[in-house]
Amino acid sequence: MKADLKTPRNRSVLKLAGAAAPILLVLILIPGLVETYQVQLLTYGLIAAIAALGFNLLLGYTGLLSFGHSAYFGIGAYAVAFVVQYLGPHSMEFYILIGIPTVAITSALLGYICVRHTQIFFGILTLALSQVLYSLALKLYWETGGSDGLRVPRPALLLGLLSFSGPRGFQQFITSYYYYVLAIFVVCVVLMWVVVHSPFGKTLQAIRDNEVRARFLGIRIRRFRWIAFLVSGTFTGLAGILWVPLNGLTTPDVLYWTFSGEIVFTALLGGFRNFTGPIVGGLVFTYLKTYAVASTEYWQLLLGVVLVTLVLVLPTGIVGAISKLGQRLARGKS
Amino acid sequence: MAILAIQILNSLLYASVLFLIAAGLSLIFGVMRIVNLAHGSLYAVGAYVTAWLVGRGIAMGVPLGWLFLLLPVGALSVALIGIVIEPLLLRPFYRRAEEYQLLVTFGLIQILEDMMRLIWGGTPLSADTLMDALPVIRIGGLLYPAYNLVVIGIGVVAAVVLWAGIYHTRFGVMLRATSQDRRMASALGLNVGLIYVSAFGIGCFMAGLGGAIVVPTQAAVLGMGIDALVIAFVVVVIGGLGSLKGALIGALVVSFVRTAGIQFFPELELAVLYLIAALVLLVRPTGLFGTA
Repeated sequence: MKADLKTPRNRSVLKLAGAAAPILLVLILIPGLVETYQVQLLTYGLIAAIAALGFNLLLGYTGLLSFGHSAYFGIGAYAVAFVVQYLGPHSMEFYILIGIPTVAITSALLGYICVRHTQIFFGILTLALSQVLYSLALKLYWETGGSDGLRVPRPALLLGLLSFSGPRGFQQFITSYYYYVLAIFVVCVVLMWVVVHSPFGKTLQAIRDNEVRARFLGIRIRRFRWIAFLVSGTFTGLAGILWVPLNGLTTPDVLYWTFSGEIVFTALLGGFRNFTGPIVGGLVFTYLKTYAVASTEYWQLLLGVVLVTLVLVLPTGIVGAISKLGQRLARGKS
Repeated sequence: MAILAIQILNSLLYASVLFLIAAGLSLIFGVMRIVNLAHGSLYAVGAYVTAWLVGRGIAMGVPLGWLFLLLPVGALSVALIGIVIEPLLLRPFYRRAEEYQLLVTFGLIQILEDMMRLIWGGTPLSADTLMDALPVIRIGGLLYPAYNLVVIGIGVVAAVVLWAGIYHTRFGVMLRATSQDRRMASALGLNVGLIYVSAFGIGCFMAGLGGAIVVPTQAAVLGMGIDALVIAFVVVVIGGLGSLKGALIGALVVSFVRTAGIQFFPELELAVLYLIAALVLLVRPTGLFGTA
């Protein structure tokens, strides 16, 4: 590390912005070029990317593997469903306004318990707590609809400026909602980038790399892990909030631990050692799963084989493998 | 009184199946330090294989008494699968972070679950002929199938054999030595690879046996393994990962709480179990009897 930390950091910001701009442009232009179904799929992909981005703050940057992140996604989804049921207004902003504090409070509470442990015990504790929520959603059927779940109708966007009814309502909703999610996605990426590059994020990485040394530096490890958990859960919860109006229905499946496994899979697919890994993973996983489900009845088998092969052959994920390849090419040239 | 007796017997029945699953999970973790997420699916494979074999046996006109010999055959076939899985899929991961082991076994769940669907289809597979082959006994004024007592007996025998095997045989000493210090055991000339394969095989055998003895009382259905895994997790978390005594006590606690739960608070029965597990983890992260 040189004394002037500013310059390389500024350069990396510029480099990132330069790489992101064309991708963003493509994402903005896409709805005009493809059919509604593809736009819908891409929206699901962006939402999965937000969920994985949040999850990866824990796995990639804090070194904690949560096997219960379905809890926060599901809390977000159910919070919206309860708002629809009891409070009425079909406004997306209102959903987010109620949903985010709900998710944040839940993550803070459960996180406070979970960060008392690390490694495998952390994983099992997160899993156990998410299963508590799952079994409540399943068994308290007079409130949650049991395994039938709860319906969520199409909300109005932008404080009621855009509402969707009539024969072309569905298509209009998908296109508008895509831009809505895209905007939130961009905000999330920027926010997360700021978080992991802030002194707070650097501290998390120090704890991940050497807990004992970090403690000797006077860092209050548990508190840092707790805040990371809170931020991580809130991001994943926001993904749940955004997911439910698109899906139109929330069922206890999004709280079940196998869904947590899918979130882990997503982050690993893209590569959890990279900032962009979970984003790529979220998009790729959505397409992979959709096409696997469409092409074979035994899509789970296909996904399982992909996962095992991936862990065996590409432990650094798609982004990790590409950047390694890029480095090798660059070295070959010079 | 008779109802109470039957509830206790039902709890013991459930406990002996749970013990078989959880003890295998615990043994594998104790020796190899791997949390095998696919353990529940292996239990389900045991149930499916046994039910399928029993069905074939009946079709071929095998006498009823002989069909009981198919229970250990079902368990052995799961052990064989385990012996193939360990060197092929798990061995490359012992040196890497434990996240990867969890992920590989998670992938294995998906593969095994769909394999079962591929081979046996979506309809439940039943082997209740075995249960009907044994008489029904009277407890108080109520009827109770004698087969359930057989299951409880198998659970007890399995616990005793496992305990004797681990604490009173040469192989048990080797297992415990490897579990305490793998490198030292290897330096002293133990074939650690062989011990790992046999520990994993025994663990899978236990899971398969659990599935084999449960399938005459309830049909094999898709998803039974995934449900069983989370309950087995609760058991080992309460008892302590890697502890045999813990698996036994944990299985008893979980099954009695569950029976009481179904009776008195059916909506919260599952939630209470997970809450107990979370509480134990908070107070004693290594469980009641764990040491690691």
